[in-house]
Amino acid sequence: MARIIVDDVHCKGCGLCVSACPKGVLALDDERITPKGYHPAKLVDPDNCIGCSSCFITCPDVAITVVR
Amino acid sequence: MADNTKAAEERVLMKGNEVLAEAAMRAGCRFFFGYPITPQTELAAYMAKRLPKIGGTFLQAESEVAAINMVYGAGAAGARVMTSSSSPGVSLKSEGASYMAGADVPGVIVNVMRGGPGLGGIQPSQSDYFQATRALGHGDYFMPVLAPSTVQEMADLIYLAFDLADEYRTPTMILADGMIGQMMEPVSLPPARDPKTLPTKPWATAGHKGERAHNVINSLYLSPEKLEDTNRERFERYEKIRATQQRQELMMCDDAEIVVVAFGAASRIARTAVRDARAKGIKAGLLRPITLWPYPTDAIDKVIDNGAKRFLSVELNMGQMVEDVRLAVAGRASVDFYGRTGGVLPTPEEVLAQIEALAEGRPVAPSAGGSATGSVLPAPIDRKSSYERGE
Amino acid sequence: MAKTNPVTLPDYQVERIGAQIGADETIVSARPHALSDAIFNYCPGCTHGIVNRLVAECIDELGIEGTTVGIAPVGCSVMAYDFFNCDMIEAAHGRAPAVATGVKRVHPENVVFAYQGDGDLASIGTAETVHAATRGEKITVIFINNAIYGMTGGQMAPTSLPNQVTQTSPYGRDVNSAGYPVRISELLSTLDGVAYVERVTCDSTAHIRAAKKAIKKAFQTQIDGLGYSMVEVVATCPTNWGMTPQAAFQWLRDNMLPYYPLGVYKDVVADGYANAAEAALERAKDCPIAQQNKED
Repeated sequence: MARIIVDDVHCKGCGLCVSACPKGVLALDDERITPKGYHPAKLVDPDNCIGCSSCFITCPDVAITVVR
Repeated sequence: MADNTKAAEERVLMKGNEVLAEAAMRAGCRFFFGYPITPQTELAAYMAKRLPKIGGTFLQAESEVAAINMVYGAGAAGARVMTSSSSPGVSLKSEGASYMAGADVPGVIVNVMRGGPGLGGIQPSQSDYFQATRALGHGDYFMPVLAPSTVQEMADLIYLAFDLADEYRTPTMILADGMIGQMMEPVSLPPARDPKTLPTKPWATAGHKGERAHNVINSLYLSPEKLEDTNRERFERYEKIRATQQRQELMMCDDAEIVVVAFGAASRIARTAVRDARAKGIKAGLLRPITLWPYPTDAIDKVIDNGAKRFLSVELNMGQMVEDVRLAVAGRASVDFYGRTGGVLPTPEEVLAQIEALAEGRPVAPSAGGSATGSVLPAPIDRKSSYERGE
Repeated sequence: MAKTNPVTLPDYQVERIGAQIGADETIVSARPHALSDAIFNYCPGCTHGIVNRLVAECIDELGIEGTTVGIAPVGCSVMAYDFFNCDMIEAAHGRAPAVATGVKRVHPENVVFAYQGDGDLASIGTAETVHAATRGEKITVIFINNAIYGMTGGQMAPTSLPNQVTQTSPYGRDVNSAGYPVRISELLSTLDGVAYVERVTCDSTAHIRAAKKAIKKAFQTQIDGLGYSMVEVVATCPTNWGMTPQAAFQWLRDNMLPYYPLGVYKDVVADGYANAAEAALERAKDCPIAQQNKED
């Protein structure tokens, strides 16, 4: 099963990963705020992550690590 | 010139500009980036001919701006590198010089001065003294400025310039003029150094090879405190330069009451005038700054201690170095100025007339060939343009 | 994306991210090692970061971090010297190709790249750009074209589109007064020293993959000594375009790509030549002096 880990140090909550995800399993996490003051990306539907790395590829802050 | 040890002893007859080039290569310079301009042309031509033969790079850049930035890159990469130009071209180099100073990148900039402002003329001049010693580019910095007065000094000082540049990680300037650049004199060339034997530069951006953290050559500091710290550190280096690198020649200054201060081509004329003044029984001396920055203020102190009462700054401009003389003299003696500009050279008689005026307590003549008060000046040369002459 | 195998985290992420990875999990995608831990100073959603990562991945995959020297420009990517782990030099505005030339001439064995925006490369540095290219300087230039000056707050760029509203073209770029955008890839493709020029974009994963392929090819062109190489990346500036990052991508597709068509503008190898020099010789085949062999 694949999943992503978001590095809060780098994520700026731009949401490009959310729009790039073909499975719609990502969202910005309104519950959390990064040290820089952003709502970071979050995997909200872990069962359906296919580990395609689309989010990683689109992330302008290279904040995502994809593991499987 | 193939056998370097012999060449060090042998004297050859060479043109000033070519000597700058030859001595630079002997100092280990293998990279030259420049743009054509009179009157430094022979320097670039000599480099273009010789550098490719000794494994170096001569590159005619698209502009002076590009040339100085190539110097910045090559200097950052750790090489001994130089560019040369003349007054209007040096203005274009001011941007790169500032970045080199800000990023502590060594390199040698030659200015074979011509008259200005603007396009000015192509005859010898010293009108870039301010630019060289005060403001070759924006920001809070200085750089060593060396002023040769003979072809031999062209060799000696550019050799020194590369050492100063590397030792203090600073751009360094040779401030010559069209007269020294174009003249031929016998010269003993310094020994050739293999660039590979020069001290390594651990700060250079040459690829970290996985052996160290990455090096950054940079002049941007967005934190005011960091920028202040960086500038302070640089000015501590400047203080070391001021303390150890002041250079000058003193002639007949042990008992001089009137000290003529002149550098470069002007000093050659002043030298004759001082000798002539001595022959007339006037206690005159010559103080010839070799470093224009740092200015030889210690030598000014010394000649004042020796009894100097009057200073006369003789320059090929409307009065620039005279301000440094005044700063150094600091009111302890009188300071006068005599200069010619636009590429006009004063005669020794003209300068002698000013020394005599000072000796007799009369004012010196206004500069640049204006009507003389109490001195004998040659009639100004007819310098009408072809348009004015109706041609 | 082709990754070095196995994919590992850069040292600075081992504690922060590595601790969250289970023993039975393998890493599929991670920050490239050639990127430092410095937080990009780019705005959220700015595509500079994507291209920075692509450059770093290419450096990783080619194994050239230790021999690479990068030149940062003036503009939004001015602090790129902090982002890459290779040796870096900060250049004056527009002068990166000249600085790169200086470095490359001293160390021909090094890989030298300049990373520049449109104001830097296509306005104040046009002379340096054109001449480095025509000299066939063996450097690689990564050119971010987002049609605006970002760092100074959204002024008209040399590549701003006709009628595009910016701070200094408040009524839209008037081509009668401000003239037309500079199409750099087309321009440089006419120069004999150029070995490889491609225009790519970064609005989708497919386009980003293609962009990486182009950047890697540009580096390889330099490593093989074929001539000058440049990749123009049509990019966005959500902040100064006044859009969300997603809307900016749509504006890029609607307006930028028709004006700046993607594609390979010059590839001497694909054209059947060994390098730029050979292509240049062939182009000037009727010019006797250009055909003289210098070694003779």
